[in-house]
Amino acid sequence: MSAADPTTPTTAAPVSAAAAAREGLTGRIASAIAVVIAILWTIPTAGLFISSFRPEADVKSNGWWNVFTDPSFTLKNYQDAFSGGSSNTGLSTNVINSIVITIPAVLIPISLATLAAYAFAWMKFKGRDVLFVAVFALQIVPIQVTLVPLLSLYVDPPFNLMPLAGRDAPAGGLYELWLSHTIFALPVAIFLLHNFMREIPGELIESARVDGAGHVQIFSRIMLPLMMPAIAAFGIFQFLWVWNDLLVALVFSSPEVQPLTVKLVNLVGERGQDWQLLASGAFISLVIPLVVFLSLQRYFVRGLLAGSVKG
Amino acid sequence: MSTSDKLIQMVIAVVIFYAVIAVILLVTQRLRSRSGERIQAAAFLGPSLLLIGVGLLYPAIVTVWQSFHGAQTFDPPWVGLDNYKDLFTDKQQLTVLRNTLLWVVLTPILSTGIGLVYAVLVDRARFEKFAKALMFLPIAISMVAASIIWKFVYAYRSNEQDQIGLLNQVLVWLHLDTFNFLLEDPWNTFFLIVILVWIQSGFAMTLLSASIKGIPDDIVEAARLDGVGGWKLFRHITVPSIRPSLIVVLTTITIATLKVFDIVQTATGGNFNTSVLAYEFYRQNFVSGNQGLATTIAVVIFLLVTPVVIYNIRQMRKLEGR
Repeated sequence: MSAADPTTPTTAAPVSAAAAAREGLTGRIASAIAVVIAILWTIPTAGLFISSFRPEADVKSNGWWNVFTDPSFTLKNYQDAFSGGSSNTGLSTNVINSIVITIPAVLIPISLATLAAYAFAWMKFKGRDVLFVAVFALQIVPIQVTLVPLLSLYVDPPFNLMPLAGRDAPAGGLYELWLSHTIFALPVAIFLLHNFMREIPGELIESARVDGAGHVQIFSRIMLPLMMPAIAAFGIFQFLWVWNDLLVALVFSSPEVQPLTVKLVNLVGERGQDWQLLASGAFISLVIPLVVFLSLQRYFVRGLLAGSVKG
Repeated sequence: MSTSDKLIQMVIAVVIFYAVIAVILLVTQRLRSRSGERIQAAAFLGPSLLLIGVGLLYPAIVTVWQSFHGAQTFDPPWVGLDNYKDLFTDKQQLTVLRNTLLWVVLTPILSTGIGLVYAVLVDRARFEKFAKALMFLPIAISMVAASIIWKFVYAYRSNEQDQIGLLNQVLVWLHLDTFNFLLEDPWNTFFLIVILVWIQSGFAMTLLSASIKGIPDDIVEAARLDGVGGWKLFRHITVPSIRPSLIVVLTTITIATLKVFDIVQTATGGNFNTSVLAYEFYRQNFVSGNQGLATTIAVVIFLLVTPVVIYNIRQMRKLEGR
């Protein structure tokens, strides 16, 4: 039959085409859903970002989407947020405070944890495993459990030690914050860096020992360079935790050294309707972590996959 | 204190710290004997163990002790389990517990679900990196900033006025009445939860995406040859293959949710019945001055977190062992 001949190839073609179409269709629906999620995730930030550049009168009278029909922009909100403008609410002091709090609160715990992790990984002494499990287990202590007694230790330390809190505290009470952030970071940091250190082959250490190197040389000449990616990964985490922390800062920081997060929360309470100020303030607070995060994202993801998530 | 004072103090602290470390290393450097190793171990571990002991262990024990005492800061009387009874019978505290339950149930499920779907959808797509970055970025910003971002989305004005909050504008476009999202109990808790879901989904997406890429290609190929595709592939191949990662993600987000404080503090200040345990701890201690109840809440958070952390660590071990 002459009619049958052309039908065979055409019936075969639609089947694969249908399969392709179905694949294409789910593909298209899938992309549509992905795009919708991506938009939902971006719009809130975009809205506040646009608002931070709109004149105060506009921000307070209509929505940010009106910029597309009636665009007008200004940098005044950022000037006001930084210097305080008419009222005394300048954020520039708090930016300095956040930096001054964060840098030692990252360097100190990482250095201490690297030393401790080395001891746990490569030194032999009695009670090592018990101690390590204890440190490991202390990860589960939520910081809320420690805040109240820790504060009384700072205010009224035993053995006539110098109080770290209060009016006469050294460095305006900064030591309280540095110490607290260090304490809260140590168990996780030690645990993670220990995990990384155990992965370094033991023969490397052994051959160095045979050559007459002591622990200090092995630590500084061999371990530190090899550990740098792990240290960087944890460093970014600790940086983000400290920079973005609110609870520790609220409990321990004196008014003089309040970081950005505390200042922002106060602004929300006192000037909740001044959206132009809140918007620019929020963006000032997130520029630095975002830059750090984007430039070191490689290490960050590696740390995330290794489980460096503080509970 | 001026800016330069603060910077100088910071430099002094860092220099002192590294000087102490350097002295420790130099002094212990020459030790080679067996007993020498013990001294070195003490030098390497000493500072950390001292800080952990004084700053974590001792305060934790004191907190448990205080939770059996009254509200006063000085010499509070022993009250036994009264604080715990209050926490589980007081009407206001029951609302706190209800809210905490909502947070803990909804946040991990929603964040993990959204993160998983998104990870699957953008896997091997053309703009995968960019698409992932969009969802990932909220991780880097503070919960305070995130709450301000969302407070603006929720901003409320009455029907007659021009809206400044996007969500209420959408309601207006749909010819519906505007709604005070952060005020109306119990719905406001759901809208606060959205903020944490927005933050945590990126974390879930990143871990799960790495896990999905770890599924061997031949398994997927074999399934495809058997005519399994789309939803069935997702349901029967993808999800079972990444089950351990799913559990780690769910438990990690649960732990973070139990400790959520910043969002409630920034978005509602704990008003309008939105308080949760971690916020109530702060309020009872630093606002109401009820140290007994505050420490009790801290202990309850501890008790709730512990089993989840243990399970989480066990799963993580399994994941690493594979």
